[in-house]
Amino acid sequence: MSAISSVFRQAAAEGRAALIGYLPAGFPSVQGAIDAASALAGAGADIVEIGLPYTDPLLDGPVIQEAVHRSISAGTRIADVLATVQAVASAGVPVLVMTYWNPVNRYGLDAFAAELAAAGGAGVITPDLTPEEAGPWLEVARRHRLDPVFLVAPSSTGERIAKVTSVCGGFVYAASVMGVTGARDAVSEAAAGLVARVRSHTRLPVAVGLGVRDGAQAARVAGFADGVIVGSAFVRRLLAASGADAGVAAVADLAAELARGVRERAAPSMAEASAKANASAAADDAHSAGHTR
Amino acid sequence: MAALDELTTAYLAAKADPVFQAELDHLLRSYAGRPTPLTEAPRFAEHAGGCRILLKREDLAHTGSHKINNVLGQALLARRMGKRRVIAETGAGQHGVATATACALLGLECTVYMGEQDTRRQALNVVRMRMLGAEVVAVRIGSQTLKDAINEAFRDWVSTVGRTHYCIGSVMGPHPFPVMVRDFQRVIGVEARRQVLELTGRLPDAVVACVGGGSNAIGAFHAFIRDPGVALIGCEAGGDGVATGRHAATLVGGSAGIIHGMSTYVLQDGEGQTLATHSVSAGLDYPGVGPEHAWLRDTGRATYRAVTDRQAMDAFSLLCRTEGIIPALEPAHALAGALDVGRELGPDGVLLVNLSGRGDKDVDTAAHWLGAAV
Repeated sequence: MSAISSVFRQAAAEGRAALIGYLPAGFPSVQGAIDAASALAGAGADIVEIGLPYTDPLLDGPVIQEAVHRSISAGTRIADVLATVQAVASAGVPVLVMTYWNPVNRYGLDAFAAELAAAGGAGVITPDLTPEEAGPWLEVARRHRLDPVFLVAPSSTGERIAKVTSVCGGFVYAASVMGVTGARDAVSEAAAGLVARVRSHTRLPVAVGLGVRDGAQAARVAGFADGVIVGSAFVRRLLAASGADAGVAAVADLAAELARGVRERAAPSMAEASAKANASAAADDAHSAGHTR
Repeated sequence: MAALDELTTAYLAAKADPVFQAELDHLLRSYAGRPTPLTEAPRFAEHAGGCRILLKREDLAHTGSHKINNVLGQALLARRMGKRRVIAETGAGQHGVATATACALLGLECTVYMGEQDTRRQALNVVRMRMLGAEVVAVRIGSQTLKDAINEAFRDWVSTVGRTHYCIGSVMGPHPFPVMVRDFQRVIGVEARRQVLELTGRLPDAVVACVGGGSNAIGAFHAFIRDPGVALIGCEAGGDGVATGRHAATLVGGSAGIIHGMSTYVLQDGEGQTLATHSVSAGLDYPGVGPEHAWLRDTGRATYRAVTDRQAMDAFSLLCRTEGIIPALEPAHALAGALDVGRELGPDGVLLVNLSGRGDKDVDTAAHWLGAAV
């Protein structure tokens, strides 16, 4: 079983969702990102995603675009991304790299996978790689024991979900809305329905991303999903911070709030009812509400 | 993917529907001004070793470039799909103006994304788009040119796909866009092939067109791909010269990669980061290229060469003064290429050049470049 699968199994056993936090490498600096991501893990993130900065982040909103733009302008390289993974993973938390496909394609699939595995990486999230084009990557990822994570969206048909989940490893990344990354005032109602549809195709855990920014939203998503993914809200805190230390502290604060959120779990939704693996967890919700670490 | 599948299905149905094709054909004739003429340019050709140079006058199409061919097709398709809103990216502004025009004609809401740098150097087209009722959004992230406008249009599209059609302006992006836009643009070459045969009694020795994303070039080339005696020559933006690194000559100076949902040639560094591009021409200032051009290059059916800013501006001036035609800066690259190709062919050569757009939008840039000469 992969490190990522173990985390989800453990979280389910505790009757809660897993918290997955994203930060891009190289922002505000290479060391600054390592410090912030380590603080993220220390304050309660179960899994960390390290973004590989790319010049054309088609699926990211303005907050992550800004951080990534600054990271690239400062000269962040793939070696820096790998160093960040190594530093964060050494604390014992599973680390995935979130990357657009062209940098990996250009670097070389095997070289990238080998170096990531050597750095202690657990998997790779590839938002713009389609299952149709993923054959060579799946083979390489399997060889290096990296979980290949793909995305589904509310627009995904049943056929599409079946195809995506058949190639996913670790977990399935469910985009809560049709749109780009970024914190939103409300988490889309479409998310619960999407999670339920994904579960009809796979036994893999389903984590929901896009739009979560606070503990209350995390609790609501934790009510129907196996994992809650938060990115832009952390990056926004780094962007707003007066200095590196303040940024790290702000990230840790938010991580702690979200970690409480995924343990509170709002009232189970209809989607929850269909979740075979979490049936007992749902029953525990009434008395686990308000519980904190 | 769902949106692309929906679009593919809708496009294939429309392509096979004689009613759709008849409506498009009617608009191309009665509204866009097709067929566009073929004009011989003998005084210009004197500078190209005395060969015959025939200009396909897409500059005389409505809105001033070939972009209208594609846009009318996609706007009709958007209406057929029940999408009330159309978005587009634009570099030089020609595709933006054409999209705004088609949306005004068909009563569709229109938003155009344009890099902020381009809004400055193509200010006339920004005004035109707004007059036509379109919203123009200046994109301030990244290099503030065409690629960033495309990024922003994709971000809009994934957020609004239920009611929005993304009218891509070139033979690029994910399937079905490269094929669909090619189909809408191939009318250029179909007409030109017939016109050249009527005028000269033979096929041309070469077809020359500028290549940014590559839609006017594919449009001009496509009808000639099965004519082995016709050389297909694409002219990319060489900027300050490919050796300087300040250029946008993707097929000449790039490498295999992925950008904007297509596998093609890309101007990128060793780690797959897109490189900054430079061209005097906003419409060619793009680090990718349509995948069909990548295929034509790899199979050797077409060849591509880089034309510098200086060469393009010299050809621009020459056409103005010898033929009384002010070309856009984009086809000025094709004209510069034609001067070289003509000399290579010698006096018996017949050269078809796609004059893809007119130069009104470029008057400020040209005046600045040519300085005291104007």
